[in-house]
Amino acid sequence: MAKLPVSVDKIIEQYGPHKAYPPQGGFYGANEPDKLVKTHCCYCGMQCGIQLKVKDNKIAGFEPWMEFPFNEGRLCPKGVQRYMQNNHPDRLLSPIQRVEGKGFEPIGWEKAMDKTVSEIKRIQQTYGNDAFAMLSGVSLTNEKSYMIGKFARVALKTANLDYNGRLCMVSAGGGNKKAFGLDRSSNSWDDLAHAEVIIVAGANISETFPTLTHYIWRARDNGAKLIVVDPRVIPLARTADLHLPIRPGGDSALFGAMLKILVDNDWLDHDFIAKYTSGFEETIAAVKDYDLDWAEEQTGISKHLILEAATLWGKAKTSFLLHARGIEHHTKGVENVMSCINLVLATGRIGKPYCGYGTITGQGNGQGGREHGHKCDQLPGNRDITNPEHRKYISEVWGIDEKDMPGKGLTAYEQIEAIHRGEIKGMISICFNPLVSLPNNNLVREALEKLEFYVCIDTFLSETARHADIVMAGSLHEEEEGTVTTAEGRVVKINEAITPPHSARRDGEIIMEIADRLGAGDKFSFPSSEAIFNELRIASKGGTADYYGITYQKIEENMGIFWPCPSLDHPGTPRLWEDKKFKTPDGKAHFNPVKYRPAAEVTDKEYPVILTTGRVVSQYLSGTSTRRIGKLVDQYPEPLLEIHPKLAYQYGIENRDLVKVKTRRGEAQFPAHVVETIREDTVFIPYHWGGKFSANQLTIGSLDPMSKIPEFKVCACQLYPTEKKGSEHRTESAYQSWL
Amino acid sequence: MPKTDYNEEMAFFVDMQRCIGCHACEMACAECETNGQESMIHVNYVDRAISTQTTVQVCMHCEDPTCANVCPADAIHQDDFGVVHSADTSRCIGCSNCVLACPFGVPKMQEQAELMMKCNMCYDRTSAGKKPMCATVCPSQALYYGTREEIERMRPDSVPVNSFLFGQQEVNTKVNIMMPKGTHQLIIE
Repeated sequence: MAKLPVSVDKIIEQYGPHKAYPPQGGFYGANEPDKLVKTHCCYCGMQCGIQLKVKDNKIAGFEPWMEFPFNEGRLCPKGVQRYMQNNHPDRLLSPIQRVEGKGFEPIGWEKAMDKTVSEIKRIQQTYGNDAFAMLSGVSLTNEKSYMIGKFARVALKTANLDYNGRLCMVSAGGGNKKAFGLDRSSNSWDDLAHAEVIIVAGANISETFPTLTHYIWRARDNGAKLIVVDPRVIPLARTADLHLPIRPGGDSALFGAMLKILVDNDWLDHDFIAKYTSGFEETIAAVKDYDLDWAEEQTGISKHLILEAATLWGKAKTSFLLHARGIEHHTKGVENVMSCINLVLATGRIGKPYCGYGTITGQGNGQGGREHGHKCDQLPGNRDITNPEHRKYISEVWGIDEKDMPGKGLTAYEQIEAIHRGEIKGMISICFNPLVSLPNNNLVREALEKLEFYVCIDTFLSETARHADIVMAGSLHEEEEGTVTTAEGRVVKINEAITPPHSARRDGEIIMEIADRLGAGDKFSFPSSEAIFNELRIASKGGTADYYGITYQKIEENMGIFWPCPSLDHPGTPRLWEDKKFKTPDGKAHFNPVKYRPAAEVTDKEYPVILTTGRVVSQYLSGTSTRRIGKLVDQYPEPLLEIHPKLAYQYGIENRDLVKVKTRRGEAQFPAHVVETIREDTVFIPYHWGGKFSANQLTIGSLDPMSKIPEFKVCACQLYPTEKKGSEHRTESAYQSWL
Repeated sequence: MPKTDYNEEMAFFVDMQRCIGCHACEMACAECETNGQESMIHVNYVDRAISTQTTVQVCMHCEDPTCANVCPADAIHQDDFGVVHSADTSRCIGCSNCVLACPFGVPKMQEQAELMMKCNMCYDRTSAGKKPMCATVCPSQALYYGTREEIERMRPDSVPVNSFLFGQQEVNTKVNIMMPKGTHQLIIE
């Protein structure tokens, strides 16, 4: 029943995405707001502090928040424009239901709830509890993430809960847990600004975490050498001391070869390795044959650059290694992460001032959202749903019998495959737009069309929500109090600036009412977000992600608290591992042997070009909100195919030519953006768009065996010039040049 | 002059090397009520086909502003702190002399309003002791507002330059461009 009720164009006409702009003189009350509310940006993992101007219960604008220590007022274009969502004409103002042949029509909450709960019951009684699945997202606060984890297990009683962090941080989490027994960036960003050598691998910091750039530039002012590993000359790479233009998929070969150079030159911290680590011998044995010629062949990087990078890293006294999705979105994502950690451990540069390592979490609450139980294998405090002791503790906190706690469920993409196979029949989703963000999305669409019932909670009608039977109008970031945990592990406070408009409701209230109607109301009688947080504190107590000592008051008094914070008198932990007591079973940091292996789909004669995907500065994730903000859309109006002039020449492609890109999953057309800032064997498409503009029609659904992250960053494609030009009216500032 | 909290030690610095082309400055500038959603600062690629290098174009607030000197309506006013203000709406005749004369190509003609508009160093903010909006939000701090002593201490590899030679015309400005150490004047031939 989840096919579109009318044509997509009709749905778009009513629900957008439409571009919204502020009125010429600004919104009413921007000059004399009723109040300024200190909160944070709703977008990336930096969670920049910002003040929202409120007039008559509407957001009227923003004012920089100079005192918040991470960003001191600094913002990216998304942060400047984030306030535009509240007044947006596309905003869902009440529940709506699908009507065949008509589209969607508003309904009351009573009807929406009745229908939803009766369908959940029908499907679960007919097909079993696990046939009703839930997908969630980590733009949600810790409170909502925690409550959804509990909701799925206690109210829905399904094992099949997963989240869009599956597309984001799971490879890093897997690698970090194996190496350190804990999943968090090891340092606050303050250490970054004083490191002597910085490696940024697969992290387009200037576009995806723009406010972190300031810390990198500060480090360079202090004399740091910057090494950027990326197939493209991203803005951060333009002036880097070394840019290693890696062929997508070559990461573990590069880091393995660098480890070998460290060993060959004895640039090792033998004392640290002996006292605080295990697995070193097996790990260096795995790379013993990785000489420079081999590394150059596998990575596409000149060997002198590899040697120079290893030499800089090897000889440094202090250092910081950062990575993000560029090395993590692979079928060997966890291995890539571990190969980075091996470099850090070999040189012993962790747990000391100015020595650090970390993944840069992409989503707003990518850190906190991956700790408190709304992923399929996890319980709060980063506990393991298959661990009997963990299950027992959380069952006690939740007041349920441990035998009633579901086990490990399917991951996000596996859920979609199970829907496609007919095993999952119903779904509830919140804060996730899989039709844009999952790979191979023609399969995702077919799966959605097979669902017997789909209910979605969202603020806008996303591409996925168009397939829903019921859409419940939920709340924006600024419409519900809570906390999030930033990419540096700092728990910060999200303050409610306004109430949801018209009959939209807070997400938390929606979840609680469904839980109540499913008969679990006594477990979800939270009078406030703070009450949810207080239960989360207890649920996380004793886990690796221990929030017990963090309170709302403490967060506000200290501009955030870094977890772990196990007791009320504990100040929090900005820098991990100063005590060298790692959270692994043997208390040591673990080297992990990594043998290089190729990507799931490598180029061949039939599909000769590498396709990789990523983000642009003015858009965020699947674009559900940012593709509705006029100025952000105008900055980069449509996805472009970045292609090197030499590759373009081979195909007779000129700038702005419309090019058909074809893979084994699908095909789509994009205007060419002919630039020298990309490898000659690779093309790049940003993934924020849906429908015929979606890059994920082309990407591959192969998953990392451990983290189950899809391989967004490498697949093989064909290019066909179409002899048409990209439409002229969309050539706004994305292509502007002075010359 | 009315009493203000404008701090004369504060100056504006632009470092193109730090610019990441994100356009946050433009977005934030346009938010100002007096700008009517038009940005007074402009970010452009130098040549995107070969590089991601961007440039930032903003009023340099010349000590002896050519734009004011060529204005037949005496609409452009320089205040006691050296801030060159947008054309006075009651005087500006929309002749574009300033647009043509500015050596940096800064003033823009707002066709609809038939008015010249340009950066006034966020006078509403700077006169209240705040930083200009663009330099406040700039995530890379390619735009910096502070004292000369601060920036020289924080960025030892570069030096602020505020003297420009356009052919025979020497122009000294309130806004500084960060250049490699040892640079004293930018010569534009």
